[in-house]
Amino acid sequence: MNTSPATGAAPAGRAGQRSAEPVIEVGGLGFSYGGRQALSGIAFTIARGEIFGFLGPNGGGKSTLFRLLSTLVPMQSGNARILGYDLRGATRALRRRIGVVFQSPSLDGKLTVAENLAIHGHLYGLGGARLRERTHAMLARLDVDDRAGDLAETLSGGLRRRVELAKALLHEPELLLLDEPSTGLDPAARREFFNLLTLLRESAGVTIVLTTHYMEEAERCGRIGILDQGRLVAIAPPGELKGQVGGDVMVISGPAPEMLAQKIARQFQVRAVLVDGTLRIERPRGHELVARLVDEFGGEIDSVAFGRPTLEDVFVHLTGHRFVAGPREKNGR
Amino acid sequence: MSAVALQVWTLWWREIVRFRRQRSVIIGSFVQPLIFWVLIGWGFRASFKPSGMPSGIDYVQYFYPGVIMLVLLFTAIFATIATVDDRRQGFLQGVLVAPIARDTVVAGQALGGTTLALFQGCVFLVLAPLAGIHLSAAAVGASIAVMTLIAFAFNCIGLMIAWRIESTRGFHLIMNSILVPIWFLSGAFFPAAGAPLWLRWIMWLNPLTYGMAALRRSLYLGEPHTLGALPGAAVSVAISVAFAAAAMWFAARVAQRSQAVAA
Repeated sequence: MNTSPATGAAPAGRAGQRSAEPVIEVGGLGFSYGGRQALSGIAFTIARGEIFGFLGPNGGGKSTLFRLLSTLVPMQSGNARILGYDLRGATRALRRRIGVVFQSPSLDGKLTVAENLAIHGHLYGLGGARLRERTHAMLARLDVDDRAGDLAETLSGGLRRRVELAKALLHEPELLLLDEPSTGLDPAARREFFNLLTLLRESAGVTIVLTTHYMEEAERCGRIGILDQGRLVAIAPPGELKGQVGGDVMVISGPAPEMLAQKIARQFQVRAVLVDGTLRIERPRGHELVARLVDEFGGEIDSVAFGRPTLEDVFVHLTGHRFVAGPREKNGR
Repeated sequence: MSAVALQVWTLWWREIVRFRRQRSVIIGSFVQPLIFWVLIGWGFRASFKPSGMPSGIDYVQYFYPGVIMLVLLFTAIFATIATVDDRRQGFLQGVLVAPIARDTVVAGQALGGTTLALFQGCVFLVLAPLAGIHLSAAAVGASIAVMTLIAFAFNCIGLMIAWRIESTRGFHLIMNSILVPIWFLSGAFFPAAGAPLWLRWIMWLNPLTYGMAALRRSLYLGEPHTLGALPGAAVSVAISVAFAAAAMWFAARVAQRSQAVAA
C-alpha cells in the first residue's frame, strides 16, 4: 500500500488545499440485499467541516448508506470516495481516519470505560503514553472522566453515548459517522448530545455525518439529505428546504376529505392534496385562507392545523406521503 | 510491539477480562463437566466396564480425560458464543470498522478462548489424583501442550460457526448437534476397541479421536500399559495439529466473508 503522500503532519499550505476537496463524494450509488433494492442513484458531496444529516423514515435506506460509508459492507454499484480513498479499493488506511458511532452500543459492558477506550486505541495503533493522554483528553472533553473506572454497563444511556463518542474520536478521525446517534435518548439528552457534536466540530475540526429520523435533529444540521425508499429526494440546508414549501401549511381533517377537496378547489381555486386521509394545502398568507375556509365549510371540517412549514411538511411535499418513523422497521432497514 | 501484535494482544486480553468478570460462565463451563464426571464416572464404576477398556483402571479413570476434553469444549463454546450478537449489535461492530484484518480478529479471539479453556483444563488437571492418576512433571507438560492444541481447535470451530450464524440459539443448536457427538465418539466415553466395526470406523474418521488419544498418552506418559489400544502418539499429534490448523483456516475464511450485518 502506498502511504508516502498521506503520512506525516499536513503542512499548512496543504491543509488549505485539502479543505477544498470534498470529504465524501458519491455518485450513482446503489445497493441491494438479495433482490431488494435498498439504495439507488444516490449522489452527493459533503465538504470538510460540515454537519450533514441524512433524514428519512426507517426503511428509507439510511442504515444501508451508513454501512457503505463506514466500510462495513462492500460497494455494489456506483462510486464513492471518502477523504480521497476509493471505497472500492483497500479501506484499511481510510478506516484509520474515520470514527464511527453505531446505533446500537459498541461498548463492552463488562469492561470499564477506560478499558473500552484502551482496546479501541490498540486496534487503531495507539499505545503507551499517547493512548493514556488521548484517553484522558477525550474523557475530559466529553465530561465522563470521573466514570473512567466504571463498568460500561453501569452507565446511563446518555453517558454511554458520550463514551461511544469519546471512543470514536480517540484516534483523531477527520470524519465522524454516526448512525441514529440519539436513539434511546430522551429529548433533553438528545439536544445535549447534539450540542456536543456542534462543539466538537468546532474544537476538533471534524466533519460530521449522521443519520436520523428526528426532525428536530435534522433541523440543526448544516445541510440535510432526505432519503425515501432508497432514493435521495433532496439535499439542502433545512431552511432552504422549508422555503420550497409554498408558504404556510394547513392540514385539514374532516369526515369526507375528498369531497371537501373538490369543493375547496371550486370555491377558492386552491389545490388541496389528500395525504393519508387528511387534506394539505400549501399557500402563502395561509391564515387568510383558514378564516375563509372555516366560514365556508365549517360543518365539514373537524380540525384545521396551521403553521410554518416544518421538515415534516417538506417530506410530505417531496414524497407525497407522510413520514413514518417507526412501524416500517420490521421490513428491514 | 508491532501493530498486528498489539491488536491480537488487546483482543486476547479482552476475552480474559470478560471471563474473569462473568463468574457464572467460569462456574458453568467447569461445574457441568465435573458433575458429569462424578455422576457418570462413579455411577458407572461398579456396573459398567466397556469392552476394550484397558485393564487395571476403573471407569472413573477412563472417563477422566474425556471430561477434560468436555471442559475444553464447553469453555470454547462459552468463549465464542458472544461473537454472534457482538458483531451485529455490540462490541465487534467497532472492531469491524477498525483498521484490522479479519484474520487478526479471529486470531485474538481464538487465542483468548484457548487461554480460558486451558485455564479451566488445568484446574481440572489438579483433580487427577481423584481419578487415581498420578501425573509426572513431564506428563503435566505434555498434557498442557495437547490441551492447548485441542482448545485452540475447539475455539476456531466455535468462531467459524459464530461468525456465520445469526442467532445464539442457532449457535447452541449447531454446537450441540455437531460437537457433542464428535466428543462422544472420540473415545472420551467408551473405547473404539470394543465398539462394532461401523462405529469404530466413524471413530477412526473422527479427528477428535486422535486428540483424545494424544491426551490419554500424555496423561499416562511413561506408563503405556494403562492405555489399551489407541492410535499411535505420532499419528495422534500429527492429526491433531492438522485438525487445529484446518479449523483456524476455516474460521479465518468464514470471518473474512462474514458481512456482519443481516439484510
